[in-house]
Amino acid sequence: MNEIVKVSGLRVAARTDEGVDLPIVHGVDFSLKQGEVLALIGESGSGKTTIALSLMGYARSGCRIVGGSVRIGDVDVLQLSDAELANLRGCRVAYIAQSAAAAFNPSKRIMDQVIESAMIHGTASRQQAQAKAVELFRALALPDPENIGARYPHQVSGGQLQRLMAAMALITDPALVILDEPTTALDVTTQIEVLRAFKQVVRERGTTAVYVSHDLAVVAQMADRIVVLRDGQIQENSPTEQLLAAPAHPYTRRLLAAMKPAAASRASARVEPVEQEKPLLEVRDLEVCYGKQVKVLHGIDLQVRRGTTVGVIGESGSGKTTLARAVAGMVAPSAGRILLDGQPLSGTLAGRTREQFRRVQYVFQNADTALNPKHSIEDILARPLRFYHGMKGKRQRERVAELLDLVQLPASIAQRRPGELSGGQKQRINLARALAAEPDLILCDEVTSALDTVVGAAILKLMADLRRELNVSYLFISHDINTVRAICDEVVVMYSGAKVEQGERSTFRAPPYHPYTNLLIDSVPEMHQGWLEETQAGRGVPPRIGVSANAEGICPFLARCPVRIDGKCNTTPPPRVRLDKGNEILCHHRDIELLQLEESVPVAAAG
Amino acid sequence: MNSTIARLVIGRLGIGVITLVIVSMVVFFLTSLLPGDAVQEQLGQAATPEAVAALRAHFGLDQPLWQRYLHWASGLITGNPGISMVNGLQVGDMISNRLPKSLSLAAVTSLVSVPVALTIGILSAMFRGSAFDRYTNMLTVFAVSVPEFLIATIAVLIFAVKLGWLSALSRTVDVHSFGEMLSVYAMPVMTLCCVLIAQMARMTRAAVIDQLSSPYVEMALLKGARPMRVVLRHALPNAVGPIVNAVALSLSYLLGGVVIVESIFNYPGVATLMVNGVVTRDMPLVQACVMLFCLGFLVLVLIADICAIVSNPRLRK
Amino acid sequence: MKSNINQSGSQNMATSGGSGQVAENEWLDNSVPVTAPTKHRRLPNPGGFLGFILVFFWLVMAVIGPMIAPHDVNGLVSDSFFGPISSQYPLGTDYLGRDILSRLLHGAPYTIGIALLATSLACMSGVVLGLVAAASGGWIDALISRVQDAMIAIPNKIFALIMVASFGSSVPLLIVMAAIAYMPGCYRIARALAVNVMTMDYVLAARTRGEGLAYIIFIEVLPNMLRPVLTDFGLRFVYVVLLLSAMSFLGLGVQPPDADWGSLVRENIQGLGIGAPAVLAPAVAIATLTMGVNLLIDSLGGRAKR
Repeated sequence: MNEIVKVSGLRVAARTDEGVDLPIVHGVDFSLKQGEVLALIGESGSGKTTIALSLMGYARSGCRIVGGSVRIGDVDVLQLSDAELANLRGCRVAYIAQSAAAAFNPSKRIMDQVIESAMIHGTASRQQAQAKAVELFRALALPDPENIGARYPHQVSGGQLQRLMAAMALITDPALVILDEPTTALDVTTQIEVLRAFKQVVRERGTTAVYVSHDLAVVAQMADRIVVLRDGQIQENSPTEQLLAAPAHPYTRRLLAAMKPAAASRASARVEPVEQEKPLLEVRDLEVCYGKQVKVLHGIDLQVRRGTTVGVIGESGSGKTTLARAVAGMVAPSAGRILLDGQPLSGTLAGRTREQFRRVQYVFQNADTALNPKHSIEDILARPLRFYHGMKGKRQRERVAELLDLVQLPASIAQRRPGELSGGQKQRINLARALAAEPDLILCDEVTSALDTVVGAAILKLMADLRRELNVSYLFISHDINTVRAICDEVVVMYSGAKVEQGERSTFRAPPYHPYTNLLIDSVPEMHQGWLEETQAGRGVPPRIGVSANAEGICPFLARCPVRIDGKCNTTPPPRVRLDKGNEILCHHRDIELLQLEESVPVAAAG
Repeated sequence: MNSTIARLVIGRLGIGVITLVIVSMVVFFLTSLLPGDAVQEQLGQAATPEAVAALRAHFGLDQPLWQRYLHWASGLITGNPGISMVNGLQVGDMISNRLPKSLSLAAVTSLVSVPVALTIGILSAMFRGSAFDRYTNMLTVFAVSVPEFLIATIAVLIFAVKLGWLSALSRTVDVHSFGEMLSVYAMPVMTLCCVLIAQMARMTRAAVIDQLSSPYVEMALLKGARPMRVVLRHALPNAVGPIVNAVALSLSYLLGGVVIVESIFNYPGVATLMVNGVVTRDMPLVQACVMLFCLGFLVLVLIADICAIVSNPRLRK
Repeated sequence: MKSNINQSGSQNMATSGGSGQVAENEWLDNSVPVTAPTKHRRLPNPGGFLGFILVFFWLVMAVIGPMIAPHDVNGLVSDSFFGPISSQYPLGTDYLGRDILSRLLHGAPYTIGIALLATSLACMSGVVLGLVAAASGGWIDALISRVQDAMIAIPNKIFALIMVASFGSSVPLLIVMAAIAYMPGCYRIARALAVNVMTMDYVLAARTRGEGLAYIIFIEVLPNMLRPVLTDFGLRFVYVVLLLSAMSFLGLGVQPPDADWGSLVRENIQGLGIGAPAVLAPAVAIATLTMGVNLLIDSLGGRAKR
């Protein structure tokens, strides 16, 4: 019975502005065996990161550990002096931070930072440490392991930095590694590469680890045991298999349910398209440039019919937000047309009428910055009422109350300021402000991605209900294919500023897909153990091709495509073809070839 | 040196030159707005209009404003800023006699204040919240709040009047021994340093503390680095840009501060020359002195900008 | 529990950081003020309290000072020059035998009033120009910013000297001069703040609603800039007081027979040799005023970066 970590009765308190200690972790107990990976899972504010940091005897500013014990091996971390703690950190216990981009010092070379703990603790000579770092880089599947250490952090990608940080943690062979949401900031297609690298290294070295995350599906791939936290208390502590199959605690069941939005909101979506009707919004051949040369959008065609939801999905940098902003008039297109009910909309804000503004409303991703902190909720909701509908006095107040009721908030909230509301409440106000205009089209930019899963699921359900009641249309921007598949009637997949696939929601349940869509769908973690080993996503190595022509319109996915064809994909722009199931894709391949995609890139062929 | 850095540095230089041209226009036109000039003052009320006109022609004051500006500006570039209206001497000569003295005062002050201020600033950032930090904070608030002439008068009161160690006026500037140097520079330098050190230390502290709140500093702590290492190896390299900026801004304050300090101690530098020029309304002299001070400011800012560009890790190859 | 878990100390200065359970993150702490571990609201920061008292006192004196002066401001009331502190002349007498306390109280409206007017003028024009530049962008922004940069390149005291050399010294000139001298600094801060706020989503939301520029600037942007602008106002007031006092000290500021505190120091500088209160009292008055403002700003914690 080799328990390497034992936490008992751990309590952490935060100090408020009034100088009152507010407990945020109330007496937490758990333990880890040698070589075990334990996950701490919970929503924001559940105390998961605070607990993880206490394992190193560390509390962020404003917090302090007020009681309990953290035993690592045979020392109680909480009883150590500052000097002893410094000796422990980075040597016996190592930390992998959420945002590697911020946690790397921008002015020092990567190698110096990776081997720094080894230098501080004197566990190896500089040469030995560097050799070991290169070995770790190789194990973590980093490109050019010999030379990557000589670069500065801004010269490598986010996914690579996250793996470099793992090398930094493992350089001293610590007894315990803490991974704090290490893939949360990454795109799914990058996340899967990082997860694979982590898992391989953890298994090979028999590392004992604590994995902090909000994502049960990710944790299911990494952890042997899962601890579910809520408000600083443990709800459930079970082996992964058992927790996924038979969750004991009601909260765990709720978490599991919220992570399957497809099942949760199927009832609310309705598909009864009226084909003949003129589309509410039509985007034709839209192109947006930043500066003179940098094209962020090209050749986008899109239609939104009245009362339907069109989802736009893509990873960061795909141009999906730019598309929504161009429709709203915030970004002027360099070519193409935007039509509302057949009437052209001006590309700039200055050229639009108040009526046009009213009919198209924008809901921002981050409700924290979308609501003016100096205005009360009533001010925020009353402004569009007066501005668009000339409402005043009693009628205005009544309508504000109605709107609050519509988004299921109490009317008493009207006198508060945004700073006093929770994230979910703010997002509801954000939505209510758009509804106040009585719009025909609402542009939703990642409206749930800043929210916890349960809160986000409730917002999605509210949006679906409102659509049914008010017959509005949504253009729904998201990076999460599950959300889009769950609530949208039609899905548009974007990659690097181009529309690579478009089709009915139902067609996104089975192949054939565009190769990028395929990668995207396969990369989304599934809630069962062993998925990481099974999925084909990101395994295939793209076939060798010659120099690509620099011509306009070459396939944007060329560099990562596992089924690219030399002499075709790298020389000729791909055609827009229609698959048998009705989807339109931007690719040289046809149905049959794409259907074979999954089988066509077996692991063997990759090597 | 890569091309991005070179391009940015050249851009800065260009902006500096444009700024200098705008400054010269502002200075010239501001000082030429009013008709009342030194000619009238020099000849007195009884002067015949002919005599005034003749003297005006002698100084070139009868030409249109923009022509005078061009003439003046080209004079500045070729090192010939004109002739004093009061004593007929070459302004260039008057300034070049005084300039080394002002420069040596500034140099001694910088040499003393910069290291002291950086040490204080970095130490108080490292031991934030400690007794040391709180006391230096109190002292620096005091020093930036108090007018220089108060510090100067208190210094005179203590060292010249009560203790009799130093002479209140620095008449001799020919320095032959360490003792003489001390007696000449001690009080002006001390006065200037007080404010300068306080300002610089506060800004340095703020720059370092700004870095200490970043995630990479937390990461360094969690790697087991001691506070000393965290500040010196991690925070400081990233604070170089802001710190150099703070030093440049503080030193540019020196340009204004010398006006007071040179006057109080009757130090024969450019600033006293300029104050005399203002009192006698000797415009060519005032204009030339102003341009000299502005040039000094722009050079300092330029150096700071270039340091910030070169020290920015994101521009490194 | 060992000391690293206990409360770090009993210091209750709001300016000091650190409530960490570990000493080394004490100096990392930059947000949460520390008090002794009580359940009560923390005491007001003593520095800030002192600052408030000083500022309040001098503001009152600027209004009622001349009315409560015990002696005639220009009357040669005493036979002794540079007289010492006495019950009749609480701050002694000056080089002509005038009562220093009375002269100090009459000087207060000059020193504080001129500086307040000049600072208000500087801040208002700086904020307006900053908002215009930030809202319009493009060449208007570039033009305003370039000219302001050129103005900043002329050190304030030097600028004051040219203005006095060109136009002579009078109270209106001093106000305009100080306002112009400190406007570029206000402009820089206001523009930076406005540019920041302009990129916030709530401003974008107002723009996509179709709101006009005036609504965006005054209703959406300005309220979110107010606090740092006010802090900057206080800071700049200190600089203006110091600049004007320095000019008066050089004899180029407020002209006789009027006198602000800087002029009082100049008039009585010969008294320094005998340590007369006549020279120290006005200097100390300036120092307490400026220090009061500085302490007050520090305690509010919003000192803008310069």
